[in-house]
Amino acid sequence: MKPLIDKSKRPPISDEILLEMKNINKTFGSVVALKDVSIKVKKGNIHGIVGENGAGKSTLVNILSGVYPYGSYDGEIFFEGELVKFHSLRDSEKDGIVIIHQELALSPFLSIAENIFLGNEQKSGLKIDWNLTRRKALEIMKKVGLDENPDTPINQIGVGKQQLVEIAKAMSKNVKLLILDEPTSALNDDDSLHLLQLIENLRDEEGISSIIISHKLNEIGIITDDVTVIRDGESVGDEISVDEEHPLDEDALISRMVGRPLDNRYPVHESHPGKVKLEVKNWNAYHPENKSRKIVDDVSIEVRAGEIVGLAGLMGSGRTEFAMSLFGKSYGVDISGDVFIDGEKVELGTTGSAIKHGIGYVSEDRKVYGLNLLQNIRENTALAGLNLISRHGVMNKNVEIVESERLRKLMRTKTPSIEANVGTLSGGNQQKVVFSKWLFTKPEILILDEPTRGIDVGAKYEIYETINALADEGKAIIVISSELPEILGICDRIYTISFGRVTGCFDIGESTQESLMKYMTKKRGE
Amino acid sequence: MSIFKKMSDDVKKANEEHSQKVAAEATVEGELTLKKLLSQNLRQYGIVGALILLVIFFQVSTNGLLLLPNSFVALIQQNAYVLILSMGMVMVIIATHIDLSVGSQVAFIGGCLAIMMQKMGIPWYWAILAAVAIGLIIGAWHGFWIAYVGIPGFITTLAGMLLFRGLATLLVGESIPIKVEAYRHIAKGFLPNIFGWVGPFDLLTLLVGAFLIVVVIVMTFRGMAAQTKAGIYIPASAKTWKLLTMIIGCALIAFVTYLLASSGNAEQGGIPITLVIVGILFALSTFITTSTTFGRHIYAVGGNRKAAILSGINTKLVDFKIYVYMGLLVSTASVVMLSRSASATAVAGQEFELDAIAACFIGGTAVTGGKGTVPGVMIGALVMGVLNQGLSLMGVSSAWVKTIKGLVLLFAVAIDIISKKKRG
Repeated sequence: MKPLIDKSKRPPISDEILLEMKNINKTFGSVVALKDVSIKVKKGNIHGIVGENGAGKSTLVNILSGVYPYGSYDGEIFFEGELVKFHSLRDSEKDGIVIIHQELALSPFLSIAENIFLGNEQKSGLKIDWNLTRRKALEIMKKVGLDENPDTPINQIGVGKQQLVEIAKAMSKNVKLLILDEPTSALNDDDSLHLLQLIENLRDEEGISSIIISHKLNEIGIITDDVTVIRDGESVGDEISVDEEHPLDEDALISRMVGRPLDNRYPVHESHPGKVKLEVKNWNAYHPENKSRKIVDDVSIEVRAGEIVGLAGLMGSGRTEFAMSLFGKSYGVDISGDVFIDGEKVELGTTGSAIKHGIGYVSEDRKVYGLNLLQNIRENTALAGLNLISRHGVMNKNVEIVESERLRKLMRTKTPSIEANVGTLSGGNQQKVVFSKWLFTKPEILILDEPTRGIDVGAKYEIYETINALADEGKAIIVISSELPEILGICDRIYTISFGRVTGCFDIGESTQESLMKYMTKKRGE
Repeated sequence: MSIFKKMSDDVKKANEEHSQKVAAEATVEGELTLKKLLSQNLRQYGIVGALILLVIFFQVSTNGLLLLPNSFVALIQQNAYVLILSMGMVMVIIATHIDLSVGSQVAFIGGCLAIMMQKMGIPWYWAILAAVAIGLIIGAWHGFWIAYVGIPGFITTLAGMLLFRGLATLLVGESIPIKVEAYRHIAKGFLPNIFGWVGPFDLLTLLVGAFLIVVVIVMTFRGMAAQTKAGIYIPASAKTWKLLTMIIGCALIAFVTYLLASSGNAEQGGIPITLVIVGILFALSTFITTSTTFGRHIYAVGGNRKAAILSGINTKLVDFKIYVYMGLLVSTASVVMLSRSASATAVAGQEFELDAIAACFIGGTAVTGGKGTVPGVMIGALVMGVLNQGLSLMGVSSAWVKTIKGLVLLFAVAIDIISKKKRG
């Protein structure tokens, strides 16, 4: 990590309570989502909420912001000392509570300025006053450190900057309490740090309090003043105060979150690499819209059977693009290079042929590329391997049921039945379905792109165990991740990627976060 | 297979615990599943309920005319086109496309048929085969532009709507009457009464009805036996559910058999040929959507195209095949409709696409794709058909029929959306 945010400059913490949620209870039918949860946020504080997926964090936030209206839950909410009864998002925003969701709610073809004032248009009479809009947008953009033309369409700026637009939008509504749900899950380390600094600046300079929900405990440790832990719909213990003298004890926090001590976040594992399974030589790929931009530049790697190989690279380094171009040319144009599996040259022109050659690809975004949220667990599990359970295009549905049930148990997917829609599952369980889907195809080579993004600590551990078990079976595994501790925790060998090129290859014994980061940021020609 | 050696012990244990738990909670879980099944399919059952209410309403308001054997046969014959077209339309909509051209295609293919039979003297059976070929080619034409060139289905088939209406007008001119008796028999005829009559009943119909009932019962029990053999645990409630649907299904077949067996006139009666065609296409379409990889691919493409591509599915080929299958159904509908109207005209098939699309949405197909079933859509088509038939029996003008159908479509989808919101 970069140097931590300097906590010594922080103004004295006030004891005035900005928000108090008292004994909140919420049920969905017969399912208890929240049980007697209480939370206090002090004025001028950054309050962290942590908990496993499905613990009830989002429900709590949805109650606070009025998505679940007053009356649909039990308990009381006091904001600035007054009992509030929000019936909609609009109500809570009027009082200065603004929520920024994990999935950004921006309109892609509208400009930055238009998005900032969406629903809050700056009008003179009936007409939108564009000059006022631009001027005001520029003012707010300066405050959040967004150096862009306010007329730039949203889809032409990166995710990090889009996040800043969301915050600018919140500020245009005179926000007093900002709620950020997994704000950095889609950001790289630099952008994350920038965002965290901004949140801190907003507190120190504008007096805006924040609630942050995050799985990244190091960030929670860096930025928050108090932390509330939620487990299975209940708040666990008193809130934890964090300051210079009392840094956050991550391990203690984790054991509180999962309800058991977690000695090691990564299972101990010893690999026994065999023969070279996959070899990629001089792989090149170009940007699909801009054919002169080389995204993957002369990449050569090899992976042995039973070996877990990491691809460490920042977002935009070309690591995902490399994986996808390899996986049946599902990304990029003018792809060139050679692929050898078990020493034999193969052509992987389509995803179908890649799967036939025993490759599986767990994508980095399970909702966009991995799952059909309208279908159930069984249908999703079988989707990539339907030919294995079919004859002349007719499926044997009993085999499908048996196999998906076996994989559900193997992956320990928590669900009442394999007939449950995957849209109703938590992130960790959805990811387990994605794994089931690829195990269904009986792959020899597995490419895992950010396999634990946005899932909770307990599920992460289970995923790591699965990865190890697969390696023990002799499968060749590639793990792509931007979380260096994860790469270091589970891989046997690591390639660093920067600007589309492989900049180094390290055995696990000789690498540290610092040394990897150096090669992950190596510029062309250095 | 020794997959996952390291974890296998763990899993075994978990399995045992799970099966013990399942056994202990069998009854509780069972009830839950039944409830869940009901609530998950509320929309489908809701529309079935609506259909039953409609039938009862018209039965009462027409003094029992609606369910007279002959008006039941007329219901099938008159609405065969919606039934047939909506089976394909549902696949198109599930895959997030649309087909606006089917009405114009019916006019065009009808025109081709008329010219082949009346002007070129081609025997009616060869003409029908040629018509099916033409339908498949048109389907391939649309499929090509949509799947491989990437023009949205809405635009491609809007173009097709104009194109084939224009061609139909060029081909047909005013109108071409059909004088081939054998061909006209398709729409108004019945299967021959080869076994004679038992009292007022056609014996062939009774035998077919009995055969279908046996098939349904055997399939239900064999399906359950196969599942048990494969080691799949069927909760008691699911068993009850299967038996219940089996009994209802058999009762329905028995009732329809009774109606058909007593239908017709002095010369002929029993099973209308149109119903045989609809029945075969229904069985085929249901089989495709539920039991083939192609059918599963349609849902995958409609639910999440990107994920489908990364699952190794040739999504373009799926799109292409859907339109080709639509072509098969359109040509069949053309054959049936031309036989019925007995004269090819340039305005034939107008608004057929809208009826088919409406049947899909009334039958629970998701507007945004990814969801829908052939049986559901058949119910939707029957709702439209019963409305048509019932209102015309009551002597309501066609202008009012249209108005009412519009409102029914709106409310059916509105109820769907509102109930979804309530369920969260």
